[in-house]
Formats: sequence, C-alpha cells, structure tokens
Amino acid sequence: MKSSNFIPTVLLGAAVVFSGASQARTVIQNKGSDTLVNVAQAWAEEYQKVDSDVAVAVSGGGSGTGIAAMINGTVDLANASRKMKDSEIKQAKDRGQNPVEHVVGYDALAVFLHPDNPAGTVSLEQLKSIYGRKGKAEKWSDLGIKVPGCDSDKIIVVSRQNNSGTYAYFQEAVLGKKGKYRSGTLDMHGSKDVVDLVEKTPCAIGYSGLAYATDHVKMACIEKEAGQACVNPSVATAVDRSYPIARPLFMYTNGEPQGAIKDYLDWIMSDTGQCIIVNKGYAPAKTVSCE
Amino acid sequence: MDKPFPAIQHPNANNRGADWYVDKLMQALVFIGGISAIIFIVGIFVFITKEGLGFITDRFDFMEFFTTEYWFPSDEDDPEFGILALIAGTASVTGLAMIVAIPFALGAAIYIGEFATGKKREYLKVLVELLAAIPSVVWGFIGLSIMNPLIIKTFDVPVGLNVLNAGVILGLMAAPIMASIAEDALKAVPDSYREAAEAMGATRWQVITRVVLPAARNGLLGAVLLGVGRGFGETMAVLMATGHSVNIPGSIFDSVRALTATIAAELGETAVGSEHYGALFTIGIFLFIITFLINLTADLIVKGIKKG
Repeated sequence: MKSSNFIPTVLLGAAVVFSGASQARTVIQNKGSDTLVNVAQAWAEEYQKVDSDVAVAVSGGGSGTGIAAMINGTVDLANASRKMKDSEIKQAKDRGQNPVEHVVGYDALAVFLHPDNPAGTVSLEQLKSIYGRKGKAEKWSDLGIKVPGCDSDKIIVVSRQNNSGTYAYFQEAVLGKKGKYRSGTLDMHGSKDVVDLVEKTPCAIGYSGLAYATDHVKMACIEKEAGQACVNPSVATAVDRSYPIARPLFMYTNGEPQGAIKDYLDWIMSDTGQCIIVNKGYAPAKTVSCE
Repeated sequence: MDKPFPAIQHPNANNRGADWYVDKLMQALVFIGGISAIIFIVGIFVFITKEGLGFITDRFDFMEFFTTEYWFPSDEDDPEFGILALIAGTASVTGLAMIVAIPFALGAAIYIGEFATGKKREYLKVLVELLAAIPSVVWGFIGLSIMNPLIIKTFDVPVGLNVLNAGVILGLMAAPIMASIAEDALKAVPDSYREAAEAMGATRWQVITRVVLPAARNGLLGAVLLGVGRGFGETMAVLMATGHSVNIPGSIFDSVRALTATIAAELGETAVGSEHYGALFTIGIFLFIITFLINLTADLIVKGIKKG
C-alpha cells in the first residue's frame, strides 16, 4: 500500500537479480523509520561494495513499524527515530526478543512554514500553544502574525500519524513529558507529505526531519526561551546540541549484534558510514570529517 | 455400498457408478460454494472479535470509547481511546455523499429505466457499471490532486482535504451502484401499472412520480441504504480526501478522519497484541456490526416489495 516500502524492496530485488550472485548470500532485514529510510538505503547500497555476500533489504513504514517488527521478531535491524518505550521493550522480552539500542546519528526536527509566512522565529512556548491540548493559539493573530494569503487566519496544524517516531519525539521535546497533542491536527503519513502540504497551504505549520526540507518551504528559527537568540536547524547545530529539537536516531538489534549484522553496524559507525549519513542531511553519531 | 440402485437394470450399468459419484461430488461442491459466504462471515467475525477481545476485556470503557473525542492510542503514559470524532467524521462524509449521490442515482435510474430505449439504454447501462468499477484509490487520487486545489480556489478555504471533498468523491463512487439497484427496483414495477396510468390520461412525468416511484419505494430505499453501507465501509478514497484529522466537523470545510481510514493508517504499524492493536480491532467490530445492520435492513426492505 505504501510506495515507500515497496520501491526499495523492488530495487533491491532488481539488484540481486542483476548481480547474478550464485553463492548463498546473507540477507539482513532492515525496516522502520521513514526518517532513516533514505540513509538506510544508501548504507545498504554502499555496503554492497564492501561485502557483496551480504544483502541488506531496507523498507520504511515508520518507527512504529520497525519496532513492531522487532517485537514480533521479523527483522534483524529495526530503524527508529525515537527510543523504544518501556512497554514495547517489555512486550519484546515477553516474546523472547532482546532489543539492544545503537545510536547511529542525530536529526534536527525543522519547523516548516509557508514561504509567505512573515514569521521567522518561533519559540518552543509558541509551538506548545499551537500543538498542545490546552494551547491558546488557534489563529495566527493569537501569535501576533498576519499571514498573507491566509484570510481565515486559522492555523492549519500539520502533524504526523500517531505511531511515527517524529510524532513521538516532537511530543516529548515540545509538549513535555505529560503533554498531549490537541485534536484536529492534520496527520500526514510521511515526512514528505508534511512538507508538500505546508508548501501549498499559507495557513499551515508543520514539522519534519531537516533532510526533508525543500526550497519551497521556510524553516523557522527556534527560540528555546522567548527572547533568547534563536537557533537555525542544521547539521552543525544538531551536532553541538544547540538546536533544541534534535533527536538521536536508533537502530535496534535483537541481542548484542553478531556476525554479519555486527560487521554491518561497525561499518555504519565507521568514517565511511558516518559520512553517508552526513551527506543525507543528518548529523553523525561521532565527529567525522567528510569532504 | 452394495447395490445402490437394485431395482432397475440400466443398459449402461458400468457408467452409472461414475455418473453417480460425479453427481454427488458436484452436489457437495455446489453446497460448499453455497454456504461459503456464511462460513467466511462467521470466520471473519470470530477473527476480529478474537483480536479485539483482549482490549475489550482489559481496557475498554464504553463511555470513553463512544463519547469522547480524543483518539491518542499511542501515548505512552496515558493513551486515550475515544472514537466519537471518528464516528462524526464517517457519518458526516457518508451523509454528504448521500446528498450528492441520491439525485444522480435516482435521475440515472429513471432515465435508463423509463426513458432510454434500444442502444442508448444498453450503452448507458454498461457505462454506469464501468463507473462502479473504478478503483477507490483512483477516486482518492482525484480527491487529492484535482478536488483539493479546486476547493481551495473556489471557496477560498485554507485546506481542500475536508468533508466536502470526501463527500463528493464518495457520492460519485456510490451513485453507480445505487443507480443500478434503483433501476432494478423500477423495472420490478409491472408494466400494467404504467399502462393503466396512461390509459387514465396521465403524462409521462405523472406516471413516474405518482405511480412508478411510489410502487418502487422499498427498492429505492434499499438502494440508498446499500449506498450508506458502501460509504461507511469505504477506506482508501476517504483516507486520501478527508485530511485525516481527528476532529468533530463544524462545517463541510473542516478536515475529518473516518473509522476505516484510522484502521488502515495505523494497523500496519502497531505491535500485534498491544492495546492500540486491540482498539483498532474493536473499531473493526463496531464497523462490522454497523454495516451488517445497514445491509440487513436494506435486504429486508427489498425483500418486503416482493411479498407486498
């Protein structure tokens, strides 16, 4: 149903056929976060050159999908843009899996606005009043902003479906540990859909991984506290932790990684692997210098 | 099995055995085919109930489920399972769809059934059936890429993915099926009724409005109810055209979310056996019961004509 799952699988299938490999190959099943899917795909392709006997089958679907697959024991590596919840770890252990967490990079969550929106900076407090259950901001004028092309003045709040890792991290970072989203947000089914909708809708505000930014949307500069200097989302500000809504990106293995999976993870954490994630617009898990 | 047919000696006594077995086998196959629908329906109901049961016994709270509007099933500390907004979404979209579909379906049925003749009638019937065969994802795509900008431009609203968009799309989807059934209902009205009315000096229009439509009333109601059932069950098109927003709509320009779309969007990403998973199956049970009741009512009404 979702092309994001389907296309990489088909590509990989084609790759296997064309390489004409005759000897038995190890296949690593890798599934999860849509935020990580492009990077995971790039890693899988590049790793072919390192070890042609190992094929990595990558598919997306969201962190929830990857974690659900880890709990059900159907993947070797689950990609997630949020930590596994305690309840999920318990479920996994009940089913005989033992998820082990590996941080493979960091991602800055950008807040997107329509290019005509005059607001350049947004504070975390404002985001909370826009997205939060008890938030007061329902119109742009509540924030003292007049958006050209948005005659209704209503803030169109764009969010993600409720099992997305981006959704869960944004909730924790912006609304707080006990904070809840308001009802009536438009819940998009992928990071790209958020950016597309904000691009077409002057009244809208949305959030997604920095890597999904395009030239057709504006990224807000985020103030941690109202009145403080704002920080722009970028790889550099995610690395030095000055950007307030940057999150770690995880890969989960079942038990301590061994054999082909261990080799693959070690390679991902090597300078070569980390430069790939940097080139895709994310921050590395360790300091590397890439050209 | 000694001497199954001892009375008469048939000249082809050798073939009779084979024929007898073929006959029995075909009987059994046709019987299985005949009751398969019942087996599947019971099987599906048992399956969704089994999957939803854990949630119903452990977490389900009738008042919360049906009367609160907060659907946040994945919250770690305090998940909320209220489907009121989802019911409102489905109901509003289906309601608007019926407002759109009924005039189209009735008009098409009256024209095809009462006015069109010969080739024209045959072509129209084929075209209506063709319209019913368009995949729902294609309709959803039309909603997303054609209706969306059109609604934004025409009505000057911020977002075109809303009740209006999904209602129109769903109405167009349901109309052909409704037209088909409505036409059957009109055809079931005996020609002697029409002839009698015409003999009394009634015009074409009077024959239709005073005689044919009242006589076909039950069948037409059945057609509408089947359309409603279709609206409740439709998933892909409403997923794409509603805006997917948990919201009790205040106007047709508000984005909403349907029960079916919620299951479709979330089921693939929940851990099997979790509360969220059970809650989605509980929505499935609810949908199953609703569509079952609607279809049953429609069926009883349609059956009613034949008796009366």
